[in-house]
Amino acid sequence: MASLKELKDRIGSVKSTQKITKAKQMVAAAKLRKAQAAAEAARPYASRLASVMAALASKVSGDDAPKLLSGTGSDKRHLLVVANSDKGLAGAFNANIVRAALVKARALQAEGKDVEFYLIGKKGRAPIKRAFPNNVGTMFDTTQVREPGYGEAERVSEELVEMYEAGKFDVAHLFFSRFKSALTQEPTEQQIIPVPAPDIAPVETGAVVEYEPGEEEILEALLPRYLKTQIFGALLENNASEQGASMTAMDNATRNAGELIDKLTIQYNRSRQAAITTELIEIIAGAEAL
Amino acid sequence: MPLHFELVTPARLVRSEDVHMVVVPGTEGEFGVLEGHAPFMSTIRDGAVQVYKTEGSAPELIEVRGGFAEVGDSGLTVLAEHVDGD
Repeated sequence: MASLKELKDRIGSVKSTQKITKAKQMVAAAKLRKAQAAAEAARPYASRLASVMAALASKVSGDDAPKLLSGTGSDKRHLLVVANSDKGLAGAFNANIVRAALVKARALQAEGKDVEFYLIGKKGRAPIKRAFPNNVGTMFDTTQVREPGYGEAERVSEELVEMYEAGKFDVAHLFFSRFKSALTQEPTEQQIIPVPAPDIAPVETGAVVEYEPGEEEILEALLPRYLKTQIFGALLENNASEQGASMTAMDNATRNAGELIDKLTIQYNRSRQAAITTELIEIIAGAEAL
Repeated sequence: MPLHFELVTPARLVRSEDVHMVVVPGTEGEFGVLEGHAPFMSTIRDGAVQVYKTEGSAPELIEVRGGFAEVGDSGLTVLAEHVDGD
């Protein structure tokens, strides 16, 4: 049986932990609102770009199509781009993304393909390095910025295009967490290179659209931009997911701490009562003996 | 007749308004868009988009970098990667 003082200290420590988890929960709730608004604001650009892409991709095909669209003609070397966060305290958020990426990597290796990782964010590094010590290529650092934004998406996609053009890989997959609600986030895999044509039916206006310079030139300028938007969208979704997961995890932690405090308080009161009772018995026994 | 003009960046919708005319810095030269322009698409070079709210008014300049312009039934849409002030 723990002594009274030990119990009291224990209750105090759990209380201060509860304060931290509660604060983190509220911070996550506020950030979630902001992240959702940012994801919302990015939608007009993404949807317009996708519809233009769809219109152009259906026109330019065959041998004229840029390499980013048509692929290198092989699918031997795969690059897995894994987007994680830099901070923990978000439940299984990072673990879920990493797991999805590892499953895919093993499946690809079983098919005899080469696998390389491109890691965004800090939290995915350790588990992926443990599982694939020789396959981790680039690690993109996002610790310098508070939230990954368009600038980061730009740098990542420029680096990817460079690597692609240098012939370092044939297919790139992007792993991130799609935001469904504060309670559910879905680890998602998406092929980003070669760029899959958006599956929206091009709007038939009847009128002939004029292109300046030509259709191919526009498409060529458009593809890297489309890639950036895809990565940017993934980073935004990831950010919202992280905050959602963090909020849920911290809510659970706060509740668990509350339960633990209740349990410890009961134990504390019981042992205090036991001590008083023992003391009384001693006094009475002493009085009787006189 | 007003022209519906939208300026969009990856981060947000910057403008969505009805104006008289917009002059866009296309890669192969500036072009002005009025209401009822034929469907057209062009990449743009870095420069200022000039927005004329009404006929004869002084243009408002918005610096944009990287992107393209699309003219369709719904008006003019400029998709820019960066807009001055972002």
